[in-house]
Amino acid sequence: MTGPLLEIEGLRITFPHRFGDFTAVQDFDMRVERGEIVGLIGESGAGKSTIGNAVMGLLAQPGRVSEGRIALDGQDLTRLAPGALARLRGRRIGMIFQDPMTSLNPLLTIGDQLSESIAVLQAVPATQARRMAVERLAGVGIPEPEMRMRQYPHEFSGGMRQRVVIALALAGDPDLLIADEPTTALDVSVQKQVLDLIRAICVDRSLGVILVTHDMGVIAETADRVYVLRHGKRVETGPTPAVLGRPKADYTRQLIGAIPRMDKRETRFSDPVRRVGEIDRWLLQGQSSEATGDYLSTTPLTMDFANPRSGFWGRRSVFRAVDVSGLSIRRGEVLGLVGESGSGKSTLGRILIGLQKPSTGSITYADHGALAAIRSAPARKAFRRDVQVVFQDPYSALNGRMRVDRILAEPIRYHGLASGKEVGRLIGALLERVGLPPESGRKYPHQFSGGQRQRICIARALSLRPRFLLCDEPTSALDVSIQADMLALLMELKRSLGLTMLFVSHDLAVVRQVSDRVAVMRQGRIVESQAAEMVFEAPQTDYTRMLLETAPRVEGLHALEGTLTERTPV
Amino acid sequence: MLAKIRSDFWFEFLSSPVTVVSAAIIVVLVLACTFAPLVAPHTPFDPATISILDNNMPPAWVSGADGRFLLGTDMQGRDVLSAMLYGGRISLMVGLGAVALSTLIGMAVGLATGYFGGVTDAVLMRIAEIQFAFPPILIALLFNGVLKTTLPADLFARAAVPIMILAIGLAGWVQFARIVRASVLVQRSQDYVAACQAIGLPTIIIILRHITPNVLGPVLVLAMLQIAVAIVTEATLSFLGLGTPLTAPSLGALIQAGSQFLFSGIWWVVIFPGAMLLIMVVAFNLVADWVRDYLNPRLR
Repeated sequence: MTGPLLEIEGLRITFPHRFGDFTAVQDFDMRVERGEIVGLIGESGAGKSTIGNAVMGLLAQPGRVSEGRIALDGQDLTRLAPGALARLRGRRIGMIFQDPMTSLNPLLTIGDQLSESIAVLQAVPATQARRMAVERLAGVGIPEPEMRMRQYPHEFSGGMRQRVVIALALAGDPDLLIADEPTTALDVSVQKQVLDLIRAICVDRSLGVILVTHDMGVIAETADRVYVLRHGKRVETGPTPAVLGRPKADYTRQLIGAIPRMDKRETRFSDPVRRVGEIDRWLLQGQSSEATGDYLSTTPLTMDFANPRSGFWGRRSVFRAVDVSGLSIRRGEVLGLVGESGSGKSTLGRILIGLQKPSTGSITYADHGALAAIRSAPARKAFRRDVQVVFQDPYSALNGRMRVDRILAEPIRYHGLASGKEVGRLIGALLERVGLPPESGRKYPHQFSGGQRQRICIARALSLRPRFLLCDEPTSALDVSIQADMLALLMELKRSLGLTMLFVSHDLAVVRQVSDRVAVMRQGRIVESQAAEMVFEAPQTDYTRMLLETAPRVEGLHALEGTLTERTPV
Repeated sequence: MLAKIRSDFWFEFLSSPVTVVSAAIIVVLVLACTFAPLVAPHTPFDPATISILDNNMPPAWVSGADGRFLLGTDMQGRDVLSAMLYGGRISLMVGLGAVALSTLIGMAVGLATGYFGGVTDAVLMRIAEIQFAFPPILIALLFNGVLKTTLPADLFARAAVPIMILAIGLAGWVQFARIVRASVLVQRSQDYVAACQAIGLPTIIIILRHITPNVLGPVLVLAMLQIAVAIVTEATLSFLGLGTPLTAPSLGALIQAGSQFLFSGIWWVVIFPGAMLLIMVVAFNLVADWVRDYLNPRLR
């Protein structure tokens, strides 16, 4: 057949609303050929997933295609009856979702789910479908497919599960595959394997693939052509190397410039606009003299959790989440703690600041003594003032029922750092200090974007004039353009206020940008710990080397660093 | 940005006519019953104002009626409408009081078990489960029966309303405890609670100031549903003769007294209190259903 596999022209998707229509996507044109991977990239809310869903005919209610056409081999999908469209799903168009855990049925074996889909979509008898299912599993690189057929989704690792989802999407031999953030829920080390698999399938079967993602690295490694979206409109399109290498639109340039790079430490944080105002003098009050040495040190630490029982009568076993031989953080230093999900890095962070008690071991702060020995109320308060935390998810970290000024006033009042009218003045100054309008305090958390909420969280942590800040994946829930602003703010605060920091992240590039020293965690243990530059330039363990190699790269993109436009804080 | 024309609450409320009508009925009934001494045309339980000569008058629109008694009179010559308003007052008092008590106990237990877990959770929730194994009406009967035999008769009669509140309230707290505990478990894992701990706030402040407002939604819905249940439970107890005394009868007691005359043609003494009870309960249920849907963003 000639002509493109999928052609979208003048697409407009609207969501009718009480006060009128909200237009999620407008004037969108796109073309997908057989055997090519087309990337759709944009920040959250750009409408990229909406387009994927519209092609599938699975727009969330009450959304609808109000203009334009979506043609699959010349057949307009928007004019098809719902029944006819349903028959195309799986047979002509397959879909891979973000979270492999929720897109598989936990109560059915992989074999049952896959052979059922094959039997229905290909209209073959059950025994043949089963045989085909085994072939398909082998085809997506699952070892011992016969045995794996009898297992349930929870017995698979995240990467293996996503392979199963891909096999499911291919059950009806579709011509078009829509992959919606297929690797976002996966660790970096498996991300590359899954992307390679999608790439291989696309070429072997000459499938058209639409790859929806927010991650430039994924696009750079996988897509042939890319569409950059913003606010439901196309910003730029072209072959991937051209768009990423010589972006024409300012927005694309901003997106690329915001990606933290792994190949070297950037200089753009090093020259902050130092805003020594009244608030900084307040924030620096009560800081002890220029002491040196370790800010905190630990004995060997372990943390055990009881595993869920294996089977109804099974014995409980213990899972050792943290097992480190000791750790210290020097005054004024940023220690980066990297590791994949489940490596125990967040748990270790929470143990260090006393939010969780370790199973064995003790933590000693130079200014406060051993954590377990802090008993009296004043000593506990003094410790809490000095040690603060910024969490990953700014949505759950703020109490949605409290106004922002109350959220910020509570710690100040409770610790008696100010009283009366001064509290209000401090709150305004704190908000301004983290880059928000001082009158933001009159609003509720849900009235702010993710990045703004994270700024409020930072302001709350600062309100106690801390000396130590635990940042637990502070940028992971944010869009890439906001990530860079957040890192810049944290680094500037660190420098201005002389904070000591523990920076926990799964993102190697982010860690490289902020850390003086890096510790790499794997399965509860610290496998490598040395100066940040050394970890990245001369890793000592195979595991670190593997992490570095599998992380997606945006090669050559940083050549345009000089052309970066100044961004205003979000 | 889209302009907000008016608040979500009023928009959703006014776009559901059934809810508007139900809410209006509740408002009218609550006002009429609360101000029964001012609103009611007669004082039905004051022997000085009633006359046995007025007994068994039919409602005003039936032939042989007396215009003074809109809904007729009973065998002692008491005005049925006035008796209903006074009776409804007792029913509402018991319903609201019992639910307030259940909510209070249930929230305290739910917050403590959900937040602290461990032994607190195990002990309190086992107690709750044991109580849950018995039907609430049985527990209310038990409380009521024990108090009736231990307290002197005149004291029991005077304290009838508080006793009913206690009996029904103590029978209903388990559901509140469970629903609060489940919500607290969700809230407890949110980072804002960890942030409060990092600030060093005392546990009691974290629970009351931060967690409690976030678990109130489901509690509100359950409370509205439970008001209807408590009113029915009270009516059942009174109907069985275990509730309010006939000198100050609730709706249930009125229905019980009137039911004896149903087949002698004096239907109005039982049908009208029964209808009022039904309307009251259905109205509370309908409003509660709407509140539940309103608070559940996934249904909107």
